[in-house]
This record gives sequence, structure tokens and C-alpha cells, in this order.
Amino acid sequence: MDFKKLLRRNETALIIAIVLLSVIIGAKSPEFYSLANLFDIFRSSFVQLLFALGVLVVIISGGIDVSFPVVGIFSGYSAVVLMKHFDWNPGNVSLPIALAIVIGVILGALNSIAIASFGIPTLIATLGTSGIFRGIMLTFIGSSFISDIPAALDKFATADLLKIQPAEGTLARLHVLIIPVVIITILVSLMLNRTMFGRSVYALGGGVEATRRLGISIKRTQAKVYMFVGGISGLAGILYVSLQRKANPYDLYGSELDIIAAVVLGGASIMGGYGTVFGTVLGVLLISLIKGNLILLGVSGSWQRAAIGALLLIGITVQAINESKKAKNRRVSTSDEVAG
Amino acid sequence: MSTLLTAEYGVENIVKSFGGAKALSGVSLSVKSGEVHCIAGENGSGKSTLIKIMSGVHAPDTGLIRLGDKSFTKLSPREAVHEGVQVIFQDFSLLPNLSVAENIAIPTYISENSRFFSKSKTKEIAANALDLIGVDIDINASVTDISIASKQLIAIARATNQGVKMLFMDEPTTALTRKEIKHLFEVVEQLKERGVATIFVSHKIDEIQEICNTITILRNGEVVADGIMRDFKRDSISEAMTGLNVSETRIAPPLKKASTKVIEVRNLITKPTFLDISFSIAPGEILGITGLLGSGRTELAEAIFGQYPIDSGEVIVEGESIRLNSSPAALKAGIGYVPPDRLTQGLFLEQSILRNLVAVGVDQYQSRGKRLSKKRLAEAGEKWIKDLRIKTKNSLNPVTSLSGGNQQRVVLAKWLAMNPKLMILNGPTVGVDIGSKREILEIIRDRAQEGMGFLVVSDDIPELIQICHRVLVIKNGQISKEFNESELDEEVLYKELS
Ligand SMILES: Nc1ncnc2c1ncn2[C@@H]1O[C@H](COP(=O)(O)OP(=O)(O)OP(=O)(O)O)[C@@H](O)[C@H]1O
Ligand SMILES: [Mg+2]
Repeated sequence: MDFKKLLRRNETALIIAIVLLSVIIGAKSPEFYSLANLFDIFRSSFVQLLFALGVLVVIISGGIDVSFPVVGIFSGYSAVVLMKHFDWNPGNVSLPIALAIVIGVILGALNSIAIASFGIPTLIATLGTSGIFRGIMLTFIGSSFISDIPAALDKFATADLLKIQPAEGTLARLHVLIIPVVIITILVSLMLNRTMFGRSVYALGGGVEATRRLGISIKRTQAKVYMFVGGISGLAGILYVSLQRKANPYDLYGSELDIIAAVVLGGASIMGGYGTVFGTVLGVLLISLIKGNLILLGVSGSWQRAAIGALLLIGITVQAINESKKAKNRRVSTSDEVAG
Repeated sequence: MSTLLTAEYGVENIVKSFGGAKALSGVSLSVKSGEVHCIAGENGSGKSTLIKIMSGVHAPDTGLIRLGDKSFTKLSPREAVHEGVQVIFQDFSLLPNLSVAENIAIPTYISENSRFFSKSKTKEIAANALDLIGVDIDINASVTDISIASKQLIAIARATNQGVKMLFMDEPTTALTRKEIKHLFEVVEQLKERGVATIFVSHKIDEIQEICNTITILRNGEVVADGIMRDFKRDSISEAMTGLNVSETRIAPPLKKASTKVIEVRNLITKPTFLDISFSIAPGEILGITGLLGSGRTELAEAIFGQYPIDSGEVIVEGESIRLNSSPAALKAGIGYVPPDRLTQGLFLEQSILRNLVAVGVDQYQSRGKRLSKKRLAEAGEKWIKDLRIKTKNSLNPVTSLSGGNQQRVVLAKWLAMNPKLMILNGPTVGVDIGSKREILEIIRDRAQEGMGFLVVSDDIPELIQICHRVLVIKNGQISKEFNESELDEEVLYKELS
């Protein structure tokens, strides 16, 4: 019985998909099974995962944010521009990170105002601000590629926690970011499951009117949600800049497809109210796997995008099918089986 | 009244309109701690609107809300909750994506102003709350997966928490049977002892008389009478509500002898829900079915309509055996089913009243070219609005703009319009005021006289006696007793049930 339940869970399906894909790719190219490749998949997942955690929270709340890639690159790029302008050269990355987070939260707050105060539908609001933020960045902050980013950020790109040289093959490097990213992931999970704010986010996704009647402030919850996405996108943006070792204001734009697909494949309901951090982590790994390794199967880059788009649609279709199945079961069990 | 000081809750001169239509025009009332106050009135008289205003859900146009020693002209649900206000909403207002435990516990967290949330504490709060009202529901289940009665019990458990000082109960008993209602009333008594002020809304007058100390009667958004419960007789309440004298005598039409059957149900078995159920209904016959929650009566109704699985047995409509476990087949054979969970199952809430009314029998309104005739649709819609006295200014408004009882009527009309051979009514007058209840029963009677067969599932024994030719009592999935016309008696039926 419980095994059946486990099978039906989204996470289980994702794990199976990841394993299957790994087996197929591994069969074609054995170098896939190397520690170096595993660590590479991790490395390419860090930024994605941070963005995805932000998007997860918005999607659970019943909204959507498509401005996060722009917020991310805006924050990362602006932090670098600021540091260069004032000639700040700190010994470590905490200053740029703090700067980017603050900028991200401010942009998120602007989203909050559009959504919570003016009541603009979330997709439209963030689509609009996304254009505005990008315009502001390219016009007032800069539109040029910066290749000599501050030394601390540049050095951080190669800050490895572990270096393992196998008997043969390439050197495997595990980036130090694995630690903060794991911690943040756990914190987001705790926030969603162990705080009233987190439960309010689920409540909001379950029904606005019912949530309001409980005495939960819709505006305040929404404001916090969009500021949270802003902040975590700012963090993801600066880390992206650091890992790339360059600040390109044209980057990240358009990456919302990958991230939203990862979150939806991870089981978050596009209608709001459902979603887990664990599912999102798996969704991100699956997308990273596809993006990084489908090439080993001879699938070209443009087809990868199509594949991810198709996966997003599959994810949503599966949700819709499950939903109607549930509705059917529900009708059957509207019986009144209350034990007295 | 021990711990709490005596506090007063109330409103003064509340006016509220919805887009031009006045729902309340200058209503005042007050209730003291330790008191149970009834708000009575016909469907659409403004009871729920008043409750929503006192709990901050709707803002009044003008008027004052008093909660204890604080007065408000503008009140948010949040402020109301922090003043100790809890509401059992008519539509329950539960969150479908959260567990039973969370739905019950969240108000406690909010009134405690907690920042953190613990799974074990949540389960403890929920288990205690359910214990208090004496029911056993799986607290880990998701709210989407449970029955309407369980939903109502959860709405009750959630509102009767530790922090409550002013409790609103908007028709809290619609989905419950006598047993749960008895338990609920014990809880209300306990809350009274604790000094909680309660406002209770119900269309069942014996419930009101049993539990309330004081009463306010609304008609068309105005107070027409108020005072101490004892001073009101059953008749004077219904007369004040409707302005009419409503009789509750038996109205079942004489049953013509018929050799045919509308439906024959033979040896239905689905273990463990029902074990061998057989009965038949003649044309024009009104058969009642009653039983406690969990007895299988709702499942039986759903099974005949193909919505609850049947393991074995036969359902024969006008001599032809129909395919089991398929509601399209049941519909095609001429069976109609009005579900009990009307507010969530029976309607397209965001669609217009008119569209809902004509949703089932669409092909009747086709003109020659197979196109829907708008004129015919509108005419039919208006006819049903008039026949069932659905209170609305405009049939193009969404169903959500109707009061609870009027939404019920829309569902009923929608199925009657289909003109089935057998109509299964699961709680036909739940949430309908007594004046209209009589009218609905009369419509059933008239339809029966034209030959439509009825299967009426209800917990309302007086209603069954008023309208039925025969009543079956279901116990543990079996027909425990059959009562013929001459044997129908309230006392006897209640005894058989318990
Ligand atoms: N959101 C709304 N929009 C428009 N009209 C509304 C709305 N809510 C209520 N009304 C109208 O206000 C009037 C009072 O409705 P209310 O729900 O208070 O009635 P009620 O006394 O609770 O009736 P019932 O016994 O059927 O529950 C009705 O005419 C209803 O149509
Ligand atoms: Mg009402």
C-alpha cells in the first residue's frame, strides 16, 4: 500500500527519470560515469537551484515570477559595476554578495508593490518589471561586458572544496559552493515547512479568500514572497557572475524556461498550493543533466531547448491528469465515512 | 460564566449593498459572552452577510462593529481574529491543499501570533479539537479527499479553538445527522460555560429552539423581530421570517396503483459499504432513505447514479438493465442526481446563474438548426428562477453572488429541468428556509403526480414524513427496516435510527 503511494509520488518518477537518462547517456559515453562529470553537474546546478528555490516559493503561493533572471543579472552586474566604480577590492566575496542580495530585494520589493498594492496579475506584473529592469540596467548601469571582475569574485570561481585526481581521467573539482547551497536549500525547506510564513504561502496558493478569512494578510505574504525571490535571485546572479568570471548584462535573459520547467517537473503545481524543495532539487538535476549531457547523445543545443520545453509541457500535463483523476476519486468518496 | 469578564459583541446600524442591491439596511444586534444568539431569516435575508461584516470579511458601507470594548468602522479579518472572533463559514472556507490537521490548527497559530510551525504541535491541536467535538477523522488526510460531513466537522473543530471569544456558526449542521448535532450542541454548552459569545444560524427551528437564548429575525436585510428565545413559538419564528403561516402537514400525494416500476435495484453489493440491497420505486412514488453518517445511504445514492463502485447487483430502469458504474449510462437511462455537496460539486460557481440552470438539459433548447436558442434558454432560466423563487436581481450574475440557500435552489432547478424518470435527491432542502422548503416539497409532490419517481435521501425525519410514501432505514450497509405510509411516525423513526 505504502509502496504504491511511494510510486505515485512525483519525486519517485523524477528519480527514475534521472537514473534512466544516466544509464542511457552512460551507455553511449562511459566518461559520463566520472567523478569529474558528477562535480560538473553539481557546479552547473548551483545557480539554477538558487533561482529554482525562489521560483518554487512564488509558484506555491499561486503566482509566477518571470523577472527573476533579469533581477539576477541586474543585481550581479550592478554589484560588479558599483565595486569597480568605487574601486572596492575586498579580500573575500561577502561584500559583492551582500550588495547583490540587497539590490535583488529592492527589485523584488518593486514587484511586490505592483502585485500586492496594485493587484496586477503576477505574470503580467513581472513580465512588465522584467522589461523595465532590463531597460534600466542597459541604459543607466551599463551595457558592456566586464571581463576583469573584482579579484575576490574571480578567485572564488576556482575555490574548490575537494580535488580528486583519479588514476586516469580528468581532475575532479568540487566547488566550495556546495556547502552554502546545501545549507540554503535546507533553510528554504525549513522556511516552507516550519514557519507560519511558509504555511501562509501554501495557504495562499490553496485559496486567496479562504486564506484572508483566516486572518492571514495577503498583501504582506505576497510582499514577502516577491522580496524573497528578489533576494535569492540577486544571490544567484552574483554567483553566476563569479563562476563565469565575467559580468555580461546580456546573460541569463531567457533562462526562465529551464528554471520554471525544473520547478514544475519537481511537482510544484502551476495552480499554486503544492510543491516541495526535494522535488525542485531533483527537477534542477534532471534539467542540468539534459543541458549538460544530451550533447553526449548527439543532440544539438537547439534541440535541448525544445526538449526542455517539451518536458515542461509533459510536467503540466501530468499534473492536469493527476488532478482530474483525483477529482474522480473524490466524487466516489464524497460518501460520509465519519466514525462517530 | 467563570473566567472571562462579561463582554458584548455586536453591530450598530449596518448598511451593506452589493452593486446597488441592498443586502442589509440598518441592522443592529448584540450578544453577550456566555450567550447563544440566533439569527434567523429566509434565504438571502442577509444572515451570512452580517456574519461576514462582523468578522471583517466584508466591509460595511456604514455602521459600527463592536467587539468587546473596541469599536470598528473598518475591520480586517486579521483584526477580528485577534479579538477572538472565529467563524464556521457556510461554505466551510477550508484550504483544499492542506491536511486536515493543518486546516484545524492554523487559526490557533494565528491567534497566538506564532512565527514557527511544528508538525507535532499541529497534530496535537487537531487531535484535541476533534476530540472535543467527539469525532474521529484521519488528521493526515488531505481535505480534498474527505466527505462533506467531515469537512463541516473540520470547519467546526477549527473554529472552536482555545482563543475563541466570539463564535459565528453559519448553518453548521447542514451536512450532519442527529448524532453529530447532539455532540455539537454539547460543545456549544461547554463554550457557553467558558464565556464564549455565540451567534448561531440555522433553518432548522427545533435546533434554534434547543440551543439559543436570544434571537434576531431578519427579513430583506432588516430586523423584523428580536428578543428572548422563550418568547418565540415555532410558528411565530417562521411567520416573522416569511410573513406567512407555513404549515408542515403531510403533503404526499395519493399513490396510484401501477404495475410498472421506474427503477428496480437488485442485490447491490459493494463490500463493506453495502451488503445486498434491493428495492424498487413505482412511477409517482416518493421513496425516502435515511440513516446515520457512515451507514451507506449516500454511497447507495451515488452507486445508483454510477458514482460509487458496485461489485455486483443489478439496476433496472423501466424494465431495462443499465450499465453499472457509469454515470453517463445512468443519465442516459433517465436518472438525475442532486448531490449533497452542492456548493462545491453541483455548480459552476463563477458562471452565471442562467448558464448553471440550463447546464444539464442543453439539447432541449436547441432550435431547428441544432443551434442553441438564446431566447428559449433565457425563457427557461427565468421560469426556473420564478418557480423556485431564486432571489437575484439578474440571472446573468455569477452563482457566487447568490446566498447559500439560493445556490442550492439553482442545483435543484438544474436537475428538475432535465426531467428525469427517477430523481435522486440527496438532502433536497438542506440549507433552504422553511417557507421555501415547503415550496420545494410541493414541487416534488407535483412532479411525482406527473409520474416522476423520487428517491429522497435525508436526515430530516419530519421532512421525510411530510413527503414520502415509504421510508427505508439503512444501517451498516443493509436495509434495517421499511416503513409504509401508515407506519410513518417521528418517534418510531428516530428510535429505529439510534
Ligand atoms: N458577493 C456578493 N455579490 C453580490 N450579491 C451578494 C453577495 N453576497 C451576498 N449577496 C446578496 O446579498 C443578499 C444576502 O445574502 P446572504 O448570503 O447574506 O443571505 P443569507 O441570509 O445568508 O441566506 P441563506 O440562508 O441562503 O444562506 C442576497 O440577496 C445575496 O444575493
Ligand atoms: Mg447564508
